[in-house]
Amino acid sequence: MATEGLHENETLASLKSEAEVGGSLEPRRLRLQRGTDYGLVLPVHQVAERVEALGQFVMKTRRTLKGHGNKVLCMDWCKDKRRIVSSSQVCHEHAVTMPCTWVMACAYAPSGCAIACGGLDNKCSVYPLTFDKNENMAAKKKSVAMHTNYLSACSFTNSDMQILTASGDGTCALWDVESGQLLQSFHGHGADVLCLDLAPSETGNTFVSGGCDKKAMVWDMRSGQCVQAFETHESDINSVRYYPSGDAFASGSDDATCRLYDLRADREVAIYSKESIIFGASSVDFSLSGRLLFAGYNDYTINVWDVLKGSRVSILFGHENRVSTLRVSPDGTAFCSGSWDHTLRVRGMVFCFPVCERREDG
Amino acid sequence: MAAGPAPPPGRLRAQMPHLRKMERVVVSMQDPDQGVKMRSQRLLVTVIPHAVTGSDVVQWLAQKFCVSEEEALHLGAVLVQHGYIYPLRDPRSLMLRPDETPYRFQTPYFWTSTLWPAAELDYAIYLAKKNIRKRGTLVDYEKDCYDRLHKKINHAWDLVLMQAREQLRAAKQRRKGDRLVIACQEQTYWLVNRPPPGAPNVLEQGPGRGSCAASRVLMTKSADFYKREIEYFRKALGRTRVKSSICLEAYLSFCGQRGPHDPLVSGCLPSNPWISDDDAYWVMNAPTVAAPTKLRVERWGFSFRELLEDPVGRAHFMDFLGKEFSGENLSFWEACEELRYGAQAQVPTLVDAVYEQFLAPGAARWVNIDSRTMEQTLEGLHQPHRYVLDDAQLHIYMLMKKDSYPRFLKSDMYKGLLAEAGIPLGTKRRVFPFMWRPRHSSPSPALLPTPVEPTAACGLGGGDGVA
Repeated sequence: MATEGLHENETLASLKSEAEVGGSLEPRRLRLQRGTDYGLVLPVHQVAERVEALGQFVMKTRRTLKGHGNKVLCMDWCKDKRRIVSSSQVCHEHAVTMPCTWVMACAYAPSGCAIACGGLDNKCSVYPLTFDKNENMAAKKKSVAMHTNYLSACSFTNSDMQILTASGDGTCALWDVESGQLLQSFHGHGADVLCLDLAPSETGNTFVSGGCDKKAMVWDMRSGQCVQAFETHESDINSVRYYPSGDAFASGSDDATCRLYDLRADREVAIYSKESIIFGASSVDFSLSGRLLFAGYNDYTINVWDVLKGSRVSILFGHENRVSTLRVSPDGTAFCSGSWDHTLRVRGMVFCFPVCERREDG
Repeated sequence: MAAGPAPPPGRLRAQMPHLRKMERVVVSMQDPDQGVKMRSQRLLVTVIPHAVTGSDVVQWLAQKFCVSEEEALHLGAVLVQHGYIYPLRDPRSLMLRPDETPYRFQTPYFWTSTLWPAAELDYAIYLAKKNIRKRGTLVDYEKDCYDRLHKKINHAWDLVLMQAREQLRAAKQRRKGDRLVIACQEQTYWLVNRPPPGAPNVLEQGPGRGSCAASRVLMTKSADFYKREIEYFRKALGRTRVKSSICLEAYLSFCGQRGPHDPLVSGCLPSNPWISDDDAYWVMNAPTVAAPTKLRVERWGFSFRELLEDPVGRAHFMDFLGKEFSGENLSFWEACEELRYGAQAQVPTLVDAVYEQFLAPGAARWVNIDSRTMEQTLEGLHQPHRYVLDDAQLHIYMLMKKDSYPRFLKSDMYKGLLAEAGIPLGTKRRVFPFMWRPRHSSPSPALLPTPVEPTAACGLGGGDGVA
């Protein structure tokens, strides 16, 4: 036993120094990821001129959902393109001393027959949906995931039977819904993980997560290894979303920028920011073609970005408190934003002015 | 009544980068040369220097950031809500009026990021001062807070009253103008830090987050940890990177190809259900529909994944494979997907089922995998897990993708589907004319849209006009 221990220590020291060599090269590699380092022009500007400008959009709110009596924290679309699940801060009116429970994450199951949600309770629970008004949904609740800190994000994989979660304890995890078994855990973030998104790839094996350590990390679901990491943001990453082709992903952060990272180039290729945008982006999503990036901000606005040109297409007002969540519908006909002003707004494009001599916005 | 724990002092500036940015804006607004025009404001009989009007603030912001007035007003309103600019008259409501209403810049002493978190003792003193000045007639919520604080800090209440009286006495020594200004500044600070019920609490943050500095993540530096690190660095250093210019070309072609299929960019026919309240689009594009639209059939040609993800597309592809006697490939792939994403308890059963049907020698629907992969797979089946068929699945997937799929796209079957597929006509025009940007026409100099018929130039057909 003693020799085993010694052997362990030896290996540990040599492993540690080997890792340190790799680690010493890491900062330089990470700097190369930055789009604007060494005075390089941001890659997206190289192609921006070749792209036809978009018209001027008019997006109108078509539905305002006021059912929540409290801050809306998260929402997700059902695959039927019409239904939405949303979660909010739940306050217990009777017990004044009890803290409010924030349900920070929710997701619709692919079949549309169940939803998952969780938050400050450190758990992710699955509720089968029933349209029978007499049935008590809470009674059928199943606790699936258990973390040691708050649940920040959750998502079903391709079926109702697996859930991927991200937590304030710095880890992500893959769970089997039926048994609650932990199938795989993902360690690597140095601080709370705030968001995740599954890759729309052919082999369906990876996902990206963003955290308070300013890093966005791409993981292999099968092995639990981190495959790629990106660290160019200057503050917490609140939201990550894959570009529809799966070759890139966008991130929204408290540093008031959204960035596009390309997986094959292994670097940041665009920064979506403006001097007048001061507040953090809480939630981002692409339109179906990936040409538009919608981002909800903590200053109550939604900015729409032209992904290819790197410029802002339009700014949308309407919410009276910070926009906490934003998702484009599965068929891309509309997008929904949820806010701390207790409402959800579904917006669609009403019309688009043709391209003309437009004042360059941004 | 903050929800969630407040961050400890000192971390605020790091945690709330927007405060720093607002402060920078406000400082540049006060620049003597480039800043907002300052003037002296007359209030009753006093003259207050260094005041600005709401409209000047909005104009300055619009010019500085090259944004619309609406956006400048919004940005200005946010600055006022956070107490960086306060109104001189009616300091009780932190709103920005884009007119002659006078405002002033908050002194850095009272900036949100300087005095954080607001101390209860200070609030007690402030309320006590107000109480004394108003001879006991405080506003409702302030009265509640005052009573509550009195109970809470009862032991130090003499100190509170003494401080309050002292501050009031010192204030009397000042000039009327200064007294007014300081009162406004203080009131603004407390409106931000202790908002009245109903007013938005701009300082409310979500549940406390751990940052890098105060990380709650425990990383046990075991041998495993270092092995993973080494593996990661090795991969990172050895990774072949594609030139970003090539990647960007890929985005250009992807966006260009998908643009017409993106309802938020190009609209959709017959109409967007959310805009027109007409379900027709959803009915026509239901997951399993007998007659898929032309756009939908076109999408099957974009990538193999798109074809498989569409139930109608997949069904047609299955038919096609059936004609080529290779339908078992798709079935095998589907069974593997079921295994990958199925319940953990089902894994052994599913693996057995797949083996019986597709892999066993003489199986009913034997799939043709290369011998090496087959050997490895059969070996792995001794200890079944959900990824045990990954290699075989990938092999079959690539076979279909490289071989069957291109032939499907060239086949009469697909061409027939494409020809048959219809393009829905646009619905009756309503108040807002729904425009598509004609693909090959030059940019129109007109600012207002004139109703344009969807002509053949759009490539959308239906040139007979609108129903």
